[in-house]
Amino acid sequence: MESNGGDASQILGEIESLKAERKDIDDRILALEAQLREISITNGTVKSDASSPSVLKAASHPNHQLSPDAIYRYSRHLLLPSFGVQGQSNLLNSSVLVVGAGGLGSPALLYLAACGVGHVGIVDHDVVELNNMHRQIIHTEAYIGLPKVESAAHACRLINSTVKIVAYKEALHTSNALEIFSKYDVIIDATDNVPSRYMISDCCVVLGKPLVSGAALGLEGQLTVYNYKGGPCYRCLFPSPPPTTACQRCSDSGVLGVVPGVIGTLQALEAIKIASGIGEPLFARMLLFDAFSGSIRMVKIRGKSLRCEACGEKSAFTPAYFQEFDYEKFTNSPLSAAPPKLNLLPPDSRISCKEYNEKVLGNEPHVLIDVRPAHHFNIVSLPNSLSMPLSGLETRSPEISAALNEAQPQEGGGSSSGAHLYVVCRRGNDSQRAVRLLHNMGFPAAKDIVGGLESWAREVDPNFPAY
Amino acid sequence: MKLTIEFGGGLELLCNSVKVHNVKVDPQDGEEKLTMKGLLSWVCKNLIKERPEMFMKGDTVRPGVLVLVNDCDWELSGQLETPLEEKDVVVFISTLHGG
Ligand SMILES: [Zn+2]
Repeated sequence: MESNGGDASQILGEIESLKAERKDIDDRILALEAQLREISITNGTVKSDASSPSVLKAASHPNHQLSPDAIYRYSRHLLLPSFGVQGQSNLLNSSVLVVGAGGLGSPALLYLAACGVGHVGIVDHDVVELNNMHRQIIHTEAYIGLPKVESAAHACRLINSTVKIVAYKEALHTSNALEIFSKYDVIIDATDNVPSRYMISDCCVVLGKPLVSGAALGLEGQLTVYNYKGGPCYRCLFPSPPPTTACQRCSDSGVLGVVPGVIGTLQALEAIKIASGIGEPLFARMLLFDAFSGSIRMVKIRGKSLRCEACGEKSAFTPAYFQEFDYEKFTNSPLSAAPPKLNLLPPDSRISCKEYNEKVLGNEPHVLIDVRPAHHFNIVSLPNSLSMPLSGLETRSPEISAALNEAQPQEGGGSSSGAHLYVVCRRGNDSQRAVRLLHNMGFPAAKDIVGGLESWAREVDPNFPAY
Repeated sequence: MKLTIEFGGGLELLCNSVKVHNVKVDPQDGEEKLTMKGLLSWVCKNLIKERPEMFMKGDTVRPGVLVLVNDCDWELSGQLETPLEEKDVVVFISTLHGG
């Protein structure tokens, strides 16, 4: 076994170093190809110069500066009467920033690079994870564990080496947002949390940039353009942040991969319309997408509000005010989609995964309640746990009492030394809420398992499936 | 009068996960004609089954909920004072943040 383990780690090491080498070589090839293209553009094509000096050269057109390569690459755009040379030239001279290289950013970036936006920026501080790859389609397995911006930038360069791609491997903050945003014509919000959405909108207001905003969760998506041609900004529509309990995350509620795909693609479309100056961008309207029923609803939303704190008449938002604004405090939630870690219970109402494991191994009589929703329980659960979702738990007293009686040791029989009651959930937050509820329901000895099944997988059973 | 009331963006979870409700609602609390104000209190009493604080705050919807009357933001039609007509479609949608 040991020698096998040694072989495996040697092979893994070799794979890693070969992958790194391959990436270096790919990057060098791309850089050289881009260099060659530059030379061809300035000298005319390499081939025709060398082999056929007598051929009549196409007159460079006075109305545009599209190179022969660009004409060929974007010909299907040029053939669109409504888009044509003007639309493509505008696009090639434009710059678009995508904040977030996740489910929305992935398709948006692929299309922006492919269609010939001259300069594309990408901001993200996360790494590629396997459990996001069902929707973050710009990333490949080879990049798991590596920064999303590097993966996304590489993918964009492979698609179109003539586009300038700038990767910002950093989290967006009030300290760097103004400087980064100021370099771009259009901003795409492809983030996943409330404070980022307020921060990005305010920054766009301060700098006067159009903002293409998209969001997706579960089977629904939303899309609109803010701060454009007298339309509203995010704060016009949502002057006050929602309660934190109303902010569901993809990592909790789930998301069908193709849903952010649809919305992210539409975000690219809106950015392309604004950057090219062609079409009617979606401002003062909002697109609501319901994948379950297959419906797309276009609704009319309010215009710019004169009383808006960001873009209204009496706005205090200057660059300096923006830089001092505390978005995490304003929205009462963190600038990342990381789940919160609650601490609601006294230490004697809690038990660690390792301690619980010892009790199981020691055959301690007990009942384990799993308070996750039923569809979570169906994914994976601990042996002998009882599924009793937190919503509705208050009605389950009789079942809990019956289970405790059954688990109680036959001899001895003292009611004080009866079976223990433990509660587990996914991350250890809902289990604390449940224990508080159980204490009030007449089970004062109930304890929660700290950190839930995620900690169980980390501390006790590495083979326990994570999700 | 007959109305269609829809919930989206997760608000349907407050009404047994039912998104579309075809209902009959009469003017509320001495109103001569049904307005959004009356409809909101009717919805709270009749459709919202749990966590009403996830739907209302004070006498209006909580922050982060868009209200659409016939596909138009209720800010444009008078908010709580918006008068309702037979067969109107009222949509309550929570803004999404995921990506
Ligand atoms: Zn505004």
